[in-house]
Amino acid sequence: MRTITYSQAIYEAMCEEMTRDPSVILIGEDVGTFGGVWGVSGDMLKRFGPDRVRDTPISEIAIVGAGLGAALVGLRPIVEIMFGDFLPVAGDPLVNQVAKARFMSGGKANVPLTIRVTTGAPGSAAAQHSQSPEGWFMNVPGLKIAVPSTPADAKGLLKTAIRGEDPVLFFEHKMLYATQGEVPDGEDHLVPFGRARVCRQGDAATIIAIGGMAPKALEAARALAARGIEVEVIDPRSLVPLDREAILASVRKTGRVVIAHEAHKRLGPGAEIAALIAEEAIGWLDGPIVRVAARNVPLPYSPELENFVLPGVDDIVEQTTKLVNYAL
Amino acid sequence: MKIEDYPKEQLLELYRQMLTVREFELRAIAERRAGLIPGFIHSCVGQEATAVGACAALRPDDVITSTHRGHGHLVAKGGLPKYMMAELAARTTGYCLGRGGSLHMADFGLGILGANGIVGGGIPIAVGAALAFQIRKEPRVALAFFGDGATNEGAFHEALNLAGLWKLPVVFFCENNLYGEGTPQAMQAPVADLALRASSYAMPGVIVDGNDVLAVYAATQAAAERARTGGGPTLVEGKTYRQRGHYEGDPMVYRTKAEMEAWKQRDPVVNFRGRLLAEVEVPETDLAAIEQAVQTTLDQAVAFAAASPKPAPEAALAGVYGDTHGGLVF
Ligand SMILES: Cc1ncc(C[n+]2csc(CCOP(=O)(O)OP(=O)(O)O)c2C)c(N)n1
Ligand SMILES: [Mg+2]
Repeated sequence: MRTITYSQAIYEAMCEEMTRDPSVILIGEDVGTFGGVWGVSGDMLKRFGPDRVRDTPISEIAIVGAGLGAALVGLRPIVEIMFGDFLPVAGDPLVNQVAKARFMSGGKANVPLTIRVTTGAPGSAAAQHSQSPEGWFMNVPGLKIAVPSTPADAKGLLKTAIRGEDPVLFFEHKMLYATQGEVPDGEDHLVPFGRARVCRQGDAATIIAIGGMAPKALEAARALAARGIEVEVIDPRSLVPLDREAILASVRKTGRVVIAHEAHKRLGPGAEIAALIAEEAIGWLDGPIVRVAARNVPLPYSPELENFVLPGVDDIVEQTTKLVNYAL
Repeated sequence: MKIEDYPKEQLLELYRQMLTVREFELRAIAERRAGLIPGFIHSCVGQEATAVGACAALRPDDVITSTHRGHGHLVAKGGLPKYMMAELAARTTGYCLGRGGSLHMADFGLGILGANGIVGGGIPIAVGAALAFQIRKEPRVALAFFGDGATNEGAFHEALNLAGLWKLPVVFFCENNLYGEGTPQAMQAPVADLALRASSYAMPGVIVDGNDVLAVYAATQAAAERARTGGGPTLVEGKTYRQRGHYEGDPMVYRTKAEMEAWKQRDPVVNFRGRLLAEVEVPETDLAAIEQAVQTTLDQAVAFAAASPKPAPEAALAGVYGDTHGGLVF
């Protein structure tokens, strides 16, 4: 095991897969000379050359569409879109082409395409640079969605995405890039999709925390533990596929569930998870399913307004405490 | 038109505006470092002449759409530094009540339909405003500012096609500063002159020295006149240079010191000042008076911003919809 950053983990996953398989390429805006706007691709242009690490014009439609075309003829492209907020610019290629190519062709098209994209609010970046669009795309069959929250998961899930045969939206939380964590050694550290991670065990309640909310949920769990409330924290790691069994098993154990994500509450990922629990485990619940999520307001620029809109550690602590004290 | 043919007041006003833009940017950068401004800033230092020259050719009821590098456009279209600074400081007195920040400033009363965080996002919006002017038979013009990088977005091409097809009263103003973030223009487009792109859409493509405020003014004036009189759109490409990083803190590994130095020699503000002294014999004291006044305006803008209240958290719920149906929308 080595301790590295989330950013370094993603860089390593890309470099190792590009070394292992010559059909893997990286394309996107400023991924080459600049080393990525988020600094993730670093020296990859130097290491792999401009055939395999390619700076593109500011042309999201062409970038995502070309990623699909290259995949259809046998490459395994990694495409970088620097902000999840820009995915709607590439709406058609992503939703109508990439997601449906396999199905519409009778299952014949192979689409090994990984779309790396950032998510979450970096602080005062305002309404077009702070969104968490995971949920928008959960409603599009054909796309897989990964939401890593640790360096180990980022590396392992990205490798799985690159080696897989389906299109993956890989959401990297901007505020996690600099965070550190232990990552298993070896080039075959793969984290499977659809396998949640139990980050912490407890009986009082289950907190299902997505992406950037996972470390916050752990912080909340420590604060709750100090008050004698031991909660279980589950990170789904991928939203499509979703590890239904892990979620349901924990809910059956604790009977209380809080779902935390940075996406807007209305039809955010938590809506799907809440519906699943209601459908499959309602009899096990000792209280309402609680969602801690962003208010249904565009992300504001002002820090005071932004704090009000975004969910935080305090909200998790408060809502969980309330839930634990809830009497049927 | 030669410089000596312009009224002296107009020349001094152009200088005052360019200097206001320059000093606004430098002050905003300093205030950001000092902690007054929470968000990031894309400064337009070096590009003052395109903003000021182009807007000088517009009438008060004409409209513009702006970009992520839009502070200059705002000042040139009549935006007040104090409300801009207050917005950057995220105060209730700012142009967007602290909700928008640098990327989203707008003043519809002044015809500023908004900066934009999405590259190319404003171009079709300007086309839509022009469509409204055409339908209502109003002699008004919409001008879209955008960068060289934005001309590689689908939005640019669709917007120009529509405007060319319907002969809409639009001026497409491309501020070609040679880079889109860290990528040089030569790596973004197979043509060096982006004005060439106009030919596919049956409109004139005009190239102008974007660091010469009078050249920008003249070219935009001609394009605006053409648009206003039913002649249709024009693509104007102002060749210019961003003197600072894409954002403050940009390591700028993608360009050389020599290139940056060479463009500093072509500084639009400094050079225009020199021309005013040398070619039209404006007294130094007149310029000094303007410079003093600009500093005072900015001192007051910063003081206004700093003294303005921060928004109450619940204010975030206001302004999402025109009608909240009693709060039911949330
Ligand atoms: C649709 C979209 N893609 C990418 C970005 C990220 N981005 C912000 S500014 C910029 C460069 C824009 O270049 P250009 O249009 O030349 O304007 P300049 O910054 O040079 O003024 C990029 C890529 C964005 N904001 N929106
Ligand atoms: Mg540019």
